[in-house]
Formats: sequence, C-alpha cells, structure tokens
Amino acid sequence: MAEIIYNISAIIALAGMIIALYRMVKGPSIADKAIALDVMTIISISLIVYIAAISQKIIYTDVALVYALISFIGVIAIARYLERGL
Amino acid sequence: MLMLIGSLITLIGSIFLFLGALGILRMPDVYNRMQAGTKATTLGTILFLAGLALGYSHCTCWPRILTLILFIVFTNPISSHALARAAHHIGINLTEKSVTDKLAEDEAENGEKL
Amino acid sequence: MKDFKRFIVLFVILCIFWILFAGKEFNELILGFVASLIITILFYKKAFIFGEFNLNPKAIAYFVFYIFILLIEIIKSNIAVAKLVIQPTLPINPGIVKVKTKLKSRLGRIILANSITLTPGTLTIETKDDEFYIHWIDVTSENIDEATNSIVQNFEKYLEVIFG
Repeated sequence: MAEIIYNISAIIALAGMIIALYRMVKGPSIADKAIALDVMTIISISLIVYIAAISQKIIYTDVALVYALISFIGVIAIARYLERGL
Repeated sequence: MLMLIGSLITLIGSIFLFLGALGILRMPDVYNRMQAGTKATTLGTILFLAGLALGYSHCTCWPRILTLILFIVFTNPISSHALARAAHHIGINLTEKSVTDKLAEDEAENGEKL
Repeated sequence: MKDFKRFIVLFVILCIFWILFAGKEFNELILGFVASLIITILFYKKAFIFGEFNLNPKAIAYFVFYIFILLIEIIKSNIAVAKLVIQPTLPINPGIVKVKTKLKSRLGRIILANSITLTPGTLTIETKDDEFYIHWIDVTSENIDEATNSIVQNFEKYLEVIFG
C-alpha cells in the first residue's frame, strides 16, 4: 500500500517536470527558461532521493546534495551573465 | 504504519511540486512565475524529502536529508532573487495587469540603473 | 572581542555540518574537529558577517521562535500560491512597491530579504541601503509606510532583538 502511494507521488512529480519542460522550451525570454530550469532541478533532486530510497542505497543521496550545490551555482552564474556579462 | 504516514506526506509534497510547475505554466510574466516557482517548490521539496526519510528510515539517513532541506530553504530564495534582479535589469516588462512599478520610476528619476 | 565571537560561531557551524555529514566514530570526529579548526584559523578574519548578532539568552530564544514563525509563514504562502494557481481566472493584481527597514546589520538584512521572499505573495527584487523593492502579487497599497507595515513589520520586531 505505502509503496504504491510513493510510486504515485513520484509520477505526479514527474508530470510537473514535464510541464516545466514545456515552459523551458517555449518560454518567451531567457529568464523564463532559467526559472523553468530551476524548478526542474528541484524536482529532480526530490526524484533522486526517491530513487535512493527505493533502491536502498544511501550513497545516492550524496548525488542529490552535489546536484543541489551545482544547480545553485549555475543559476547564480546565469543571473550574473544576464546582468553584466561574465 | 510509519511508512504509510510517510507516504501520505510524500504525496502532499508531490502535489505541491506539481502545482509549482503548473504555476510556471499559467502565470502571465516572469516575476509572477518566480513567485509560483520558488514558493510552491520549497514546501513541496521539504514534504517530499521528509516523507521519504520517515518511510525509508533505514536507507535514507536523516542527517543528509536534513542538510538537503536546509540547503534548499536557504538557496531557493537567493537564486530567485538573483534571477528577478537580472530580469528587471535587462528590462523585461511586467504584465499589463500590473498596478505600479516603483523600481522603474526611481531608476528613471536618477537617470541610471541601480 | 568581536573577532572571538566570529571565531566561535564559524567553528561551531563547521563542526555541526561535519557531524551531520560524516559518521559518528571517534576517529572521524577528531579529524573533523581538526579540519574545522584549521579552516576557522585561516578564514575567520574575512567572515565578518558572523560577528554581527547578539549572543545573549533573549536573542537565542527569539531566534528559535523566529524559526517557528518562518515555518508557519512558509506553509501559509504555499497554500496561498497553490490556491491562486488552480483558479481558472488567475485573480492577481501585481506590482513593485518600495519598503524601508530599520535593521542596520548586513546579516540581518540578508535574512529579512530572504524571509520576505518566503512569505505569501512577495518577492524581493532589489535592495539599496535600507530600501527594499518588492514584487507583490496582490498590491493593496502603494504607500511606502503602509506597505512596510504589512510586509516587513511581522519579522522586523524579532530580527531587531537578534541582530541589535
């Protein structure tokens, strides 16, 4: 029972990721695309931890942690680039 | 029993994540999209990860989940602030529904970008 | 004295993160302790931001209380945004308003700006000295004082005690 609910919530989060992907492809300005990328990153962090839980490997949560760090630095880099160039 | 509670918390979190993405799709301009994108996903991630940590306590050690949650709560507003500032700097306009834009007024008054 | 406070705060933060990440065996704890000490000695002069808050018991109690207030605000803001998104007509009334803060310390202003971003319907766009420019999803007043009252006041009274 509980496993089924976990799987359903992963599917719902994945549907959100597809919607954000649509906005990222379509988005009129570059800031829209960056925001959609940010949301996709956050959803994928959640899904990485989900995969770590169902495959019973603690080491995968480190991947999520490093991914969160890199995505934060990436978004800051995009913002700085938009503001005054690299 | 603990696993069932954890799974329900995860379900609520995933619904918030979905609504954040839906807000990205539906809102009219960049700044409103940012509001939906950062707020709904923050609580969504907190609940999703907390539910997983509760249900699979033997294989997702909670200190790491706690660090991840803290990191997301601290960095999510910073990244959205940086992007909003950059978007305003390069001159992306607000939607037509907007009432006021004090920042653009002040910039026009001083004759320079802040 | 100020240097000493900075030193202690940076060291304690590094140690807490080590304990959260690494295991709890004795050797690992010693290694993390030594590494934190070396990093703190190298960098505490540049970490000026950590010396800016009060460390008396009242400030610490207010800090714990502030975290609870922030959690409640996060939950409220998420429900508000979720409600807004699922309505078919999108009843929004957005705009950028200006507010003023009384806080002097830089760390206090950073935390205030981040808290404003996490509360219902507000997003900090630009900060300039003591003025914040805030994107508000439902503008009720364009006046600077009324906007300050309804956005900033809620947090400011706690942060004033913590950061002095």
